[in-house]
Amino acid sequence: MRPILLSGHERSLTQIKFNKDGDLLFSTSKDKVVCAWWSANGERLGTYSGHQGAVWTVDVSPNTVLLATGSADNTVRLWNIKTGECVKTWDFPTAVKRVAFSPDGSKLLAVTEKRMGFLGAIAVLDIAYGDGELNNLNVQAEEPSLRITCNESKATVAGWSYLGKYIIAAHEDGSVSQYDPKTGDQLENVQAHEFDSQINDLQFSPDHTYFITASKDKSAKLMSASNLAILKTYVADTPLNSASITPKKDYVILGGGQAAMDVTTTSARQGKFEARFYHKIFEDEIGRVRGHFGPLNTIDVHPAGTAYASGGEDGYVRIHHFDKPYFDFMYEVEREQLRK
Amino acid sequence: MAPSFDTLTEQDFHEEEEEEIDFSDLKEQYEVKLEEGLDTFVVIDGLPVVPEDSRQKLVKFLLRKLNTVGRTSEDAVFMPLNDKGMSEGFAFVEYETPEQALAAVKQLHGVPLDKKHTLAVNKLMDIERYGREGRIEEEYHAPELEPFKEKEHLRSWMADSNARDQFALYRNDKVGVFWNNKSNPPENVVDRAHWTQLFVQWSPKGTFLASVHPQGVQLWGGASFSKQKQFPHPFVQLVEFSPLEGYLTTWSSRPIQVEEGQPILTFEEDGKNIIVWDIESGKPLRSFVSHDLAAGPAGEDDVQPKKKVQWPAFKWSADEKYVARMHQGQSISIYEVPNMNLLGRTSVKVEGVNDFEWSPATVTRDGIKQYEQLLCFWTPEIGSNPARVAMMSVPSKEIVRTRNLFNVSDVKLHWQSQGAYVCVKVDRHSKSKKSMATNLEIFRVREKGVPVEVVDSLKDTVINFSWEPNGSRFVLIANGEAPTGAAVLPKTTVSFFAPEKKGNTIGNFKLIRTVEKKTSNGIYWSPKGRFVVVATVHSQSNFDLDFWDMDFEGEKNEAEKDVAANLQLMKTVEHYGVTDIEWDPTGRYVVSSASVWTHSMENGWNLHTFAGNTLSENPTEKFKQFLWRPRPPTLLSKEEQKQVRKNLREYSKEFDEEDRYAVDIANTAVVEQRKRVLSEWLAWLRREKEIMAEEREAFGLPEDADSSKLAKDARVGNQQEGDTVVEEIVEEIIEETEEVIG
Repeated sequence: MRPILLSGHERSLTQIKFNKDGDLLFSTSKDKVVCAWWSANGERLGTYSGHQGAVWTVDVSPNTVLLATGSADNTVRLWNIKTGECVKTWDFPTAVKRVAFSPDGSKLLAVTEKRMGFLGAIAVLDIAYGDGELNNLNVQAEEPSLRITCNESKATVAGWSYLGKYIIAAHEDGSVSQYDPKTGDQLENVQAHEFDSQINDLQFSPDHTYFITASKDKSAKLMSASNLAILKTYVADTPLNSASITPKKDYVILGGGQAAMDVTTTSARQGKFEARFYHKIFEDEIGRVRGHFGPLNTIDVHPAGTAYASGGEDGYVRIHHFDKPYFDFMYEVEREQLRK
Repeated sequence: MAPSFDTLTEQDFHEEEEEEIDFSDLKEQYEVKLEEGLDTFVVIDGLPVVPEDSRQKLVKFLLRKLNTVGRTSEDAVFMPLNDKGMSEGFAFVEYETPEQALAAVKQLHGVPLDKKHTLAVNKLMDIERYGREGRIEEEYHAPELEPFKEKEHLRSWMADSNARDQFALYRNDKVGVFWNNKSNPPENVVDRAHWTQLFVQWSPKGTFLASVHPQGVQLWGGASFSKQKQFPHPFVQLVEFSPLEGYLTTWSSRPIQVEEGQPILTFEEDGKNIIVWDIESGKPLRSFVSHDLAAGPAGEDDVQPKKKVQWPAFKWSADEKYVARMHQGQSISIYEVPNMNLLGRTSVKVEGVNDFEWSPATVTRDGIKQYEQLLCFWTPEIGSNPARVAMMSVPSKEIVRTRNLFNVSDVKLHWQSQGAYVCVKVDRHSKSKKSMATNLEIFRVREKGVPVEVVDSLKDTVINFSWEPNGSRFVLIANGEAPTGAAVLPKTTVSFFAPEKKGNTIGNFKLIRTVEKKTSNGIYWSPKGRFVVVATVHSQSNFDLDFWDMDFEGEKNEAEKDVAANLQLMKTVEHYGVTDIEWDPTGRYVVSSASVWTHSMENGWNLHTFAGNTLSENPTEKFKQFLWRPRPPTLLSKEEQKQVRKNLREYSKEFDEEDRYAVDIANTAVVEQRKRVLSEWLAWLRREKEIMAEEREAFGLPEDADSSKLAKDARVGNQQEGDTVVEEIVEEIIEETEEVIG
């Protein structure tokens, strides 16, 4: 599995995202630039520049028309993917840590930071797609249609469940909560991870019925979107920054490493900067991929399950296309199941 | 149950509660006033009743006994008479000092005076304190006997049908005891949070597990690890068992402050640092003030100067009949156990004594009728007198052998486990004191006259030395030249020695092989001998463990054919950050561990076989201690052991069968478990899909609602057809030149 090394960023990566077709990969970094790459060969398609601060988050609309980014300059920007022009800017009181399109692309949520007297909040924006000919994309709602304020512990990451039925948010205190996207009411709150260990990532399964969380408490949990039941637990030996569910094969990929501030005091073998593959159902670790020389900040899997990419504190994105053994590997019981 | 010391027994620690209760009225009524001077009085009961005129005679007779423990005189004995002019059978005696009075109580109480009379000696103060009116009931009540309770078998772990070994694991705040299951995860016996506050320690034969608390030491044992004994030494820091588990020595840097109402400690223990306890009774035998090796100037209360504590302060003889302590540079005090009196009333004066060691076993010496305990000690050069190593026989205190040494800078005494040899490792400096060298002087204790064999030719200083347990081979590590100031570790050389083959007798010790350019610093012999691990521990850059076999069953090296060994390196293993290595008591497994007490990187423990095959790696957060549970010595006779060894093949067949069976069982269990998990998962997925479909219908959404609402308006995803990557190669000709040659 020879990786393709994307070295277009000058500072650490914050989030990477494949589009729904999987031909494009978008990456954001603390260097204020958003990049788009061809996932097949790692060639850079272009950049989206305009943000005045570190870009924390990116998401692609399901039809690959619009790109949403959230930044430390307190804005969410909407870009025309094809032309690279910024079609809309929303201002918020604080930095935006996570954006996510609903599965049908009609809504966008933005998680804002708790700072300067403002509580952490989740804002929901309605998204319009112009006339279908990529015109009038700049016609967007000015104000969020809904605002959910997190009174207790700020939300760090959030996403939409299937049919946009719930908003699932994960919090700084290690809990996960479920909100009604129509009313903004909190329906449920579960202390999924150890208390006070921040949840750094939350990614959904392809059908959005369950999701995986990655936390500082060195574990990742697979949870049901409908009732927040913990289905599986994956234990690692290092704080986790990102976790992703692979389609096609029943694996999950976890990434993390010694926190950036501790790295200088420990040796490289201490850092544990590896992507770890676990079997989704049996919770066993089945492999690791080395390469980064800083903690892995973000991982995303190709929607077809043929590749994955990781972005590290070291400023590189590595795209790995899976080899045949990856697809062939199977537990005996799975093989039996398949034969039936 | 949280097994903290607070919940052990209520009666032991009720003084804390008392502080909060106002009991001044009770205090007034019952407080014993410690009057000056009364401490020197004792009351003697059980004397014969005599008329006035023979009283004098009795007193004189009694004085002979009384003066054996202290000094008193005829005037100081008061024997009152009653109305009839007869004595009452008791007497008051005044000693010169309170210590003598105490000694009288300790040593004369219960001693027969003649055939009919036995002395009962008590302190006057105690009679006052306990015997005052109202404190003793007039009528005799038989003490109530508690119903007999079956106690747990203290050696129950030895009855394991698979002969597995146990170990204690201390990590984070939890201490657990586990069965070793080879490469499978260990099976838990007990696991308790906050079981100890400082560390845990097994007794030498594995009967007890000691936990250390600010209130004292607690021993646990039996199948469920229930409370066995407790020794309330406040702020205890170090614990040492005697070799046969009869006694326990505890040490604390803080002198003990005994408070009124302490049920076990008495005023004798006040101000002491060391207590020697009798494990059976749970009572102190005697307490001592510790001699520090080099006490710094006394600092502030909270900034105590670093004193080097001499530990173990008390060293036990192999038969546990004697315990000795050294007063550095002056004497060795040998105490008889259990009465804790100095052997022959005096310490053995040895000017300049620097260190001593008991023989770890009772040695059967040639040409001696009665085998006594042996003790080895050394003194450095003083003035023009040479340094001296001597061996003393106890209790006769006879010097068996001495040897004078010159230019000595340090000496270490290494006994072989059966006491057959003592290796005296002598670090010598040259006349100019610039270069160092090491000599080994080996005393062959069993042979007549204790001959001494000298092994020199070691140019470098030896940093570690270790005898093969129950064998006559040894390994040593010598330090090479250390590049000064460099961060790299000094290179060390590892040397293996064995005696020459000479029929039935053991020949001279000969070097088998020297391995150079190592960084090793630790030698760990298998408790059964033959195998040895030489490792680099506590290092930042090297962490290798070399597994050696001293009796390799293959071809023998020509150059080494005349020594009783066949050395072979079996395997080298690395364990990052290893700090400790421990063999299990049967010599089957080796555990290397990295403790958070030394560093915080990759703490945990790894299990290896004796041959260096790693069975399991167990990274453990905040790992502190791994301790194999020791086993008591085997009950089989030499012949029976030989028989077992002879039939080893047959036994191993059985065990292999069992192992295979266990693996099969385990595999089936894993497969079953996986099947269950997989079907549960698939069922969950199906259910979830159904719910989703229902809800979609309820919302009146089309089948592909989630896949791009406005997909028909924009580009269509072509996922269904799979990925097609179109790669266009554009060739751009930058420059083309044509050269005509010729």
